[in-house]
Amino acid sequence: MTIATPPDKLSAKDFASDQEVRWCPGCGDYAILKAVQKTLADVGATRHNTVFVSGIGCSSRFPYYMSTYGFHTIHGRAPAIATGLKLANPALDVWVITGDGDGLSIGGNHLLHILRRNVDLQIILFNNEIYGLTKGQYSPTSRIGTRSPSTPLGSVDRPVLPCTFALGAGARFVARAIDTYQKEEVEILRRAHAHRGTSFVEIFQNCIVYNDNVFGDFTEKKTSPETQLYVEHGKPLVFGKERDKGLRLKPGRLEMEVVTLGERGAAEQDLLVHDQTNHTLASMLAALQPPEFPMVLGVLLDDPAPTYEDVVFGQIRQASEGVKDASLDSVLRRGRTWTVAG
Amino acid sequence: MTVTSPPSTHGDRELRDSVVIRFAGDSGDGMQLTGSQFTIETALIGNDLATFPDYPAEIRAPAGTTYGVSAFQIHFGSQDIMTAGDDLDVLVALNPAALKVNLEDLRIGGLVVLDTGSFSDRNLSKAGFESNPIEDDSLAPYQVLKLDISRHTLEAVKQFELSQKEALRSRNMWTLGLMLWMFDRDRTATIEWLKRKFAKKPEIAEANIAAINAGHAFGETAEMPSGVLGYTVAPAEVPPGIYRTVTGTEALAWGLLAGVRAAGLERLVFGSYPITPASPLLHVLAALKPFGVVTFQAEDEIAAVCSAIGASYGGALGVTSSSGPGIALKTEAIGLAVGTELPLIVVNSQRAGPSTGLPTKTEQSDLYQAVYGRNADTPVPVIAAATSADCFETAMEAVRLATKYMTPVYLLTDGFLANAAEPWLIPEERELPTFPVAFRGDPEGFHPFLRNDETLARPWTPPGTPGLEHRIGGIEKDYDSGHISYDPANHQRMTDVRAAKVDGIANDIPLQSVAVGKERGAMAVVGWGSTYGPVNRAVKRARDEGYDVSHIHLRYLHPFPRNLGELLGNFDRVLVPEMNAGQLVTILRSTFLLPAEGLNKVQGKPFKIVEILEAIRARLERTS
Repeated sequence: MTIATPPDKLSAKDFASDQEVRWCPGCGDYAILKAVQKTLADVGATRHNTVFVSGIGCSSRFPYYMSTYGFHTIHGRAPAIATGLKLANPALDVWVITGDGDGLSIGGNHLLHILRRNVDLQIILFNNEIYGLTKGQYSPTSRIGTRSPSTPLGSVDRPVLPCTFALGAGARFVARAIDTYQKEEVEILRRAHAHRGTSFVEIFQNCIVYNDNVFGDFTEKKTSPETQLYVEHGKPLVFGKERDKGLRLKPGRLEMEVVTLGERGAAEQDLLVHDQTNHTLASMLAALQPPEFPMVLGVLLDDPAPTYEDVVFGQIRQASEGVKDASLDSVLRRGRTWTVAG
Repeated sequence: MTVTSPPSTHGDRELRDSVVIRFAGDSGDGMQLTGSQFTIETALIGNDLATFPDYPAEIRAPAGTTYGVSAFQIHFGSQDIMTAGDDLDVLVALNPAALKVNLEDLRIGGLVVLDTGSFSDRNLSKAGFESNPIEDDSLAPYQVLKLDISRHTLEAVKQFELSQKEALRSRNMWTLGLMLWMFDRDRTATIEWLKRKFAKKPEIAEANIAAINAGHAFGETAEMPSGVLGYTVAPAEVPPGIYRTVTGTEALAWGLLAGVRAAGLERLVFGSYPITPASPLLHVLAALKPFGVVTFQAEDEIAAVCSAIGASYGGALGVTSSSGPGIALKTEAIGLAVGTELPLIVVNSQRAGPSTGLPTKTEQSDLYQAVYGRNADTPVPVIAAATSADCFETAMEAVRLATKYMTPVYLLTDGFLANAAEPWLIPEERELPTFPVAFRGDPEGFHPFLRNDETLARPWTPPGTPGLEHRIGGIEKDYDSGHISYDPANHQRMTDVRAAKVDGIANDIPLQSVAVGKERGAMAVVGWGSTYGPVNRAVKRARDEGYDVSHIHLRYLHPFPRNLGELLGNFDRVLVPEMNAGQLVTILRSTFLLPAEGLNKVQGKPFKIVEILEAIRARLERTS
């Protein structure tokens, strides 16, 4: 007996366009594309109501490979275009696709402002710590000392941490995922989609050509239980193959440390418990860097607030209630007029 | 100021055809408010009028300095008024600096009204006077009304027990009261306005009303110096109907709304970033939110235009607005709208440049920027408004072109038009044109760059339309499928079709007509934008003087009306007055290979009629 899939429920494949994908073989973008398509299927999205808006860069080619609506715009400006789109039609389900250069360098201003406004959409920032499409210059997330065609002696400027930036801008949903960790990634994207307001997801994405394995210290599958910590709301911050390591505050200080349960008197009740509505905790977790700490992944913050569109259109609705006659004739005759008799 | 009846004695009124008054004072003296209220009272008694607000870039420049002088000029009359006036008949100067800056514009024999209370040694020195003009003979060529307006004002508001500083703020209202008496207009509208404006501070409202009444009463009762009289300017003969005054900014905002209604669109999304002199458009549109307008004050000029593009993509009409420097920042995004063929209106309230230039002063030096100022072959239609009231129709036309041709449209105004007011016969909505937009909803044979055979426009299919999901972007599109394409021959074809689409607009706009004069002759004076008034008047006068000259005014600057080349070819000479160093003249020369000649002025002020008239006289012989 075969059970037909209900026609209204689309599969991941249904979200793939007929266009040949033109990323380099082995690029992390393929994994993200797959995860997004699966997420859309899982959440029951429709093609016609879903829009992908991107800027410029390798990641920003993303919309061409989706069977939804898509707008490949200009460098750094996708958040501004997406904001206008939502003001035209707040009912659309909008995803912004950006990268570390697109979102944090040329488009840093727009990213700041879309986050503080809390426009209801999802932003996925593909972080590969390099400019791929322009052939390998260092990016605003590259670590100090990154050698590239534009920094033959090594880069000297300190990198920006995308999640720290987002939290500083007032984001109400901030999460982190890794391109090839599909199960976790799909779950994080599902959570991002469920959140009303701007959801910011940083995905560590491997650039196989210009920055291969730059995240290897925490993405390596074999060692990942020791190098990754997935947060869960209400659960202690534990990691390790034996689930025997955790994060706690150093006694008397607002500073985290890694402890092994049972060693130096560390017990489970000493560990911090994740609270996804706590902005300070999210900021501390976002700032932890390997190898001293595990890379903290998952939903760091999920603390909804009124969305920009809701407030804008709520105000307009309220103002409209006081207007008896919205005709153009009435608008043009408001204020002082005089009549010249014929 | 033409005298049409013999001067009468004190107590009677002398009839005048038209008068030009300028109110001038410190930027904190409320000259713009005074001028605006005088304008409303003047409109209400039925005079035709034109105004020219002129204010410094600094919000509160140091008091008493010449660079802190703010002025408001109004030209009103019983005949058709087309400019704010060349020379002043009356100058009201509330301090020495205002006198210093503005006296050169007063005609010989004109009236200067001074507040002697402000002519202290300190203020005289700040204004750069070596001797007091009230005492020396420098004002001898003029009629002078010396009044201690400061003292009169303090007396008028004494009962309200305000501080001296607060009390002196009503000096402008005392002066307004006197001028309303002098030109025989009512005070009711201003008194009502004061009550509304100071509803929460009734004592301030009452003090101002007392001041305006005292100024008026002073005129009624005081003995004026010989030759200074009350005047009457009869109502202008105008078509019947309901009127109001409009600034270019208001007319433009309402024209955009009318355009959106005419197109049958649900929403106008206006993305803008504050910049002088364009910001008032954001303010006027923000007040229209209950009527289908969403305004978005973006984080920068780029986000402003991008939000408008996103809105158009979403099926609303996206509009952005700025002045030259801001438009420069928007340029890359305008290229995206050209490449993706989305409607967009870009309003440029031009100001004097380069860079910050003279931000509050007018110029029309962004024509090259509008016509040519983008990377690559990126054609955009460009239209310009001629007068404040014309901003309404021009804005509607911008909406029609943007939506019918799926293209950005530049709508050029300038700092003068944005602020200048004139009476406007309010149109009835049912008499306005309509141009309904049809979104594509049929998936059969659809691709996003299918073209309409006639207009070459692509379909407008906002996201949310089932079955028509598609991707667009800045990368070149395949002509036959709309998918991305790097094919060389396809790029040629797409570049050609984008140009042909915009060029084809020439077949959908009125043929160029002649505003004044004949369709052939010795000289055509060709203008665009806000030079309409002075050029029109200058050509009329020149024709009255016997010169064979015509006025041609262009609304459509790209593409040009299709008969323009032929029309200009009918004239021996083409003179192009512009408030820039010669931009339209270059475009006309290169387009039509005509020996057109420029007449250029970049002083942050509109042309005077006489400047254009003299240029005509200098180039032509009288033929009659």
